[in-house]
Amino acid sequence: MGRITFIDSGQAERPADFSPGESVMTAAVNNNVAGIDGECGGELSCATCHVYLPESLAALVPPPSADELEMLEVVDERQAGSRLGCQVRLVDSMDGMVVVVAGEGS
Amino acid sequence: MTTTYDVVVVGAGHAGVAVVSALAKAGFAGSVAVLGDEPVLPYERPPLSKEYLTDGGAAPLLRTEAFWSTDSVQLELGAQVTTVDPAAKLVHVADGRTFGYRKLVWATGADARALRVPGATADNLHSIRRLSDVDRLRRHLTARGRAVIIGGGYIGLETAAVLTGLGHQVTVVEAVDRVLARVTGPVVSRFYQQLHERHGVRIVLGETVAGIATRAGRAHGVHLGSGELLPADVVIVGVGAVPAVEVLQDAGAAGDGGLLVDDLCRTTLPDVHAIGDCALQVNRFSTSAAPVRLESVSNANHQAKVTAAHLVGAPPPVPAVPWFWSNQYDVKLQTAGLFAGHDEVVTRGEPDSGRFSVLYLARGRLLAADCVNVPADFAGARRVIGERERLDTELAADPGTPLKTAVLAHA
Repeated sequence: MGRITFIDSGQAERPADFSPGESVMTAAVNNNVAGIDGECGGELSCATCHVYLPESLAALVPPPSADELEMLEVVDERQAGSRLGCQVRLVDSMDGMVVVVAGEGS
Repeated sequence: MTTTYDVVVVGAGHAGVAVVSALAKAGFAGSVAVLGDEPVLPYERPPLSKEYLTDGGAAPLLRTEAFWSTDSVQLELGAQVTTVDPAAKLVHVADGRTFGYRKLVWATGADARALRVPGATADNLHSIRRLSDVDRLRRHLTARGRAVIIGGGYIGLETAAVLTGLGHQVTVVEAVDRVLARVTGPVVSRFYQQLHERHGVRIVLGETVAGIATRAGRAHGVHLGSGELLPADVVIVGVGAVPAVEVLQDAGAAGDGGLLVDDLCRTTLPDVHAIGDCALQVNRFSTSAAPVRLESVSNANHQAKVTAAHLVGAPPPVPAVPWFWSNQYDVKLQTAGLFAGHDEVVTRGEPDSGRFSVLYLARGRLLAADCVNVPADFAGARRVIGERERLDTELAADPGTPLKTAVLAHA
């Protein structure tokens, strides 16, 4: 078990416990983090799990696949740390990190 | 003794679970009970005809077990609601329990439509709607068997793709003259027919099913109206879904082929909302003023948010463009909008390339788009549809031009 903190779409801090191996999207969904819908369940179809990873966290995960990059090209407010949360697996070393939810959805 | 909850949610599918989350996100502090009729934790339905059918394994849960162990939500599994008393605001469950509600959210979804032909009770005849359906189907699959799939819609074709991948010899029987006829136009139908045929699936169009050939209660073939007998080791029926609305209609809720709801998802019964596959609602993205019933995760989520906002007294979220997706083989179909009522069709890109979109317009405005392996078009179309923009169809036909560039300036 680890814990990360989301800054949700209402700018509120939402701590979220995670099990190693689960995705940023499922951690958010299981903790009712506003701004993350995860509608397609991680199929890279909906882009309703857009998050910004800090550099420290981005460095710990594999880079986005070609499919994810294609979806990222069309999200609103793309930034350097933009990722689709469903494609980022959480591991123990990410404990304590902060993930910012992009401003889409609700 | 009957416990009364601030909110009772009947149905623990996507819509029912979404309203629980939407209430929490909206800051709702009241008591919530969720009654699900299945004995398992709420799970995702789309993977049933995709990954879960392919691999089995752990159920694709919508939320972790820990999510349900909080004090704020009471999840009751195996709770089959038999009657609703809207005057006393009570929900009765088959096991004799009664739940009182201040607000009721009906989110019972839909059941697989049954095939009404002789032999349709055969043991190895399956539908794909519930986790238990797929578990049962997986037990009946023999190595490299012959599968006949009745119905060429999303469920039928996704299942055909999975079973073909597992080494089965698959035939799809469709009653009308093209596959996916309910949800898309002829260009996309033809593309999917050819895709499946290239993978070795036999597609039989314009054929009725006269009956299931059985021996000792097991299907061994499917009799077609033409007289042909298709041999089968397993038969799968995917002929649509029927909204699960009988109990609430018996309680007096109005609606023909669904539960009629207003723009805040309120049924005609006091303090009773209906959301998801069972709800019948006027949709601002439909060309028709008649209410529509949408079978999609995005609709379930959106209606859940509308309901939660209403229950906490917040303004409703902005209307969401309906969207749908289907994965077959390595092809991803993303559909934005509702195509019924279009008067013009524009194809962007070459279907033979495996990467193209089809745009559906009505009076120059984009109504819907089917995007085959083109996520950029899907995202662009969702935006253009949401803003009800007119398109320059010549520009829109060029796959090299982003859709938003093809939007005509406002007059």
